[in-house]
Amino acid sequence: MVEKKGLSYWLSHAGLILGVIVIGFPIWLAFVASTVTQSEIVSPPMPLLPGGEFITNYKEALFSGINAPVALMLLNSTIMALGIALGKIFISLLSAFAIVYFRFPGRQLFFWMIFLTLMLPIEVRIVPSYGVVAQFGMLNSYSGLIFPLIASATATFLFRQFFLTIPNELTEAARVDGAGPVRFFFDIILPMSKTNIAALFVILFIYGWNQFLWPLLITTDPSMNTIVMGIKQMFPSGDDNANWPVIMATSLLAMVPPVLIVIFMQKFFVRGLIESEK
Amino acid sequence: MRRTVIFKGWKLPILLLLPQLTITALFFFYPAGQAIWESLFIPDPFGLKSQFVGTGNFEFLLSDRYYRNSFRTTAVFSISVTFLSMGIALYLAVLADRLIKGAGIYSSLLIWPYAVAPAIAGVLWLFMFNTRVGVVSWYIGLLGYDWNHVLNQGEAMGLVVLASSWGRISYNFLFFLAGLQAIPKSVIEAAAIDGAKFWRRFRTIVIPLLSPITFFLLVVNIVYAFFETFGVIHTITSGGPQQATTTLVYKVFSDGFVGQDLGSSAAQSVILLFVVGLLTVIQFKFIERKVHY
Repeated sequence: MVEKKGLSYWLSHAGLILGVIVIGFPIWLAFVASTVTQSEIVSPPMPLLPGGEFITNYKEALFSGINAPVALMLLNSTIMALGIALGKIFISLLSAFAIVYFRFPGRQLFFWMIFLTLMLPIEVRIVPSYGVVAQFGMLNSYSGLIFPLIASATATFLFRQFFLTIPNELTEAARVDGAGPVRFFFDIILPMSKTNIAALFVILFIYGWNQFLWPLLITTDPSMNTIVMGIKQMFPSGDDNANWPVIMATSLLAMVPPVLIVIFMQKFFVRGLIESEK
Repeated sequence: MRRTVIFKGWKLPILLLLPQLTITALFFFYPAGQAIWESLFIPDPFGLKSQFVGTGNFEFLLSDRYYRNSFRTTAVFSISVTFLSMGIALYLAVLADRLIKGAGIYSSLLIWPYAVAPAIAGVLWLFMFNTRVGVVSWYIGLLGYDWNHVLNQGEAMGLVVLASSWGRISYNFLFFLAGLQAIPKSVIEAAAIDGAKFWRRFRTIVIPLLSPITFFLLVVNIVYAFFETFGVIHTITSGGPQQATTTLVYKVFSDGFVGQDLGSSAAQSVILLFVVGLLTVIQFKFIERKVHY
């Protein structure tokens, strides 16, 4: 680079370290709060270094919680996030394959029907969607949590774009070998899409895990709550003090799975982000 | 590029499309159609029958002071979140780009808040600024400032903006850093040899070359602030005080579920549909251009 190790070099480091500290501070504070007692928090200022109640607080959160044990909410969130990620990948792979590699009447129409869903996120059509799910008797169920969130075209769009970049030489070779559409899909398309599937999985898992409004509406039964929306339910409705240590322990537990995925699958994560916005 | 492998027949492709089409029809077209239908009616208080009012719901909405205010709130909120998160992200990305080593470590340390759900970001910031136990509000109090976002509208807006921008910095940082690293170093070095100092190089080379990414991020962040910040608002302020943080999307929820005003809520959905449509068109127009670069 242009500048060598001068003053500005160290200033860059200082600026970045400051950035990391400021951005990390809310999480650090939450972690500290999850390791101290309630009485230490309610007489401000609370300590800024961790206390000794880590095990007590996390145990209380995981196994008894406030409305439902957090372990159960973690399970619900996992099922929901996996269902959304895998379900969306599954239906999108199939439909993108059909749209790109077949010519049939109505193809354009179906294409636009699917892509219209990009126009209306669930937050906007929330009231009628709730009505439909209630009508189907899917309140407080995993299918009610998962299906309405699968109805979106982002993944289909992404696979379509990717299929269009697969070179003809490759696909023709399979054709010469006499592969039918099914063989062609399993032998050529699926192996080539592996990286894209992984990248998309990371993005969709986080998307599913972090859903808030939809589970808030359709899971009235605490045993079906997901962890992200369950935290809001932990706050008392009146003037009472919230049980901060348990709430903060739950917040951290809610962050761990998606954050770990981002950290350990960073390569796929970055790729997925950039691909899904193209 | 023309693809040469095309399969014939219509049964298999329809079968392949069926899962997605079924889900789209049941959970997208059906509810979206209902929203449009319901927006033309006012249901009676018992939900037994509804009266056709045509554009009545829309006329009422547009004359409603709270609804018009919520447009302004949404604009203030979205623009603040966009500029705050993009500004900080650009600053950090420029710093990281100047380093020969270590940019990777800083990225790893900066990108993970992306994975924190907006609702949880809301809880974290609520905790720091809580009027009774918040650490930050307590220290601000020492300085003689009485923080109370429960009563003060400006402070409530400030807090939801901060909490919404926080997790978004990671995302913008990642794109800005990628953009900066794609600028050929030889161009920068040539300018440096010609005697251009950092600010001049930044203004005349980096900013123009970064403009496609900047524009892209502007659109994406506004869409984010519109639709994905519901969790932040709901956990911190629930739209208050006096609807000071009720954005358009929050109002669809609060009128529909809390207020039980289904006709109005449906009409709001329809209005939002046009807003999203507009944003999508802008986004696609821009993406078209990016592809042709």
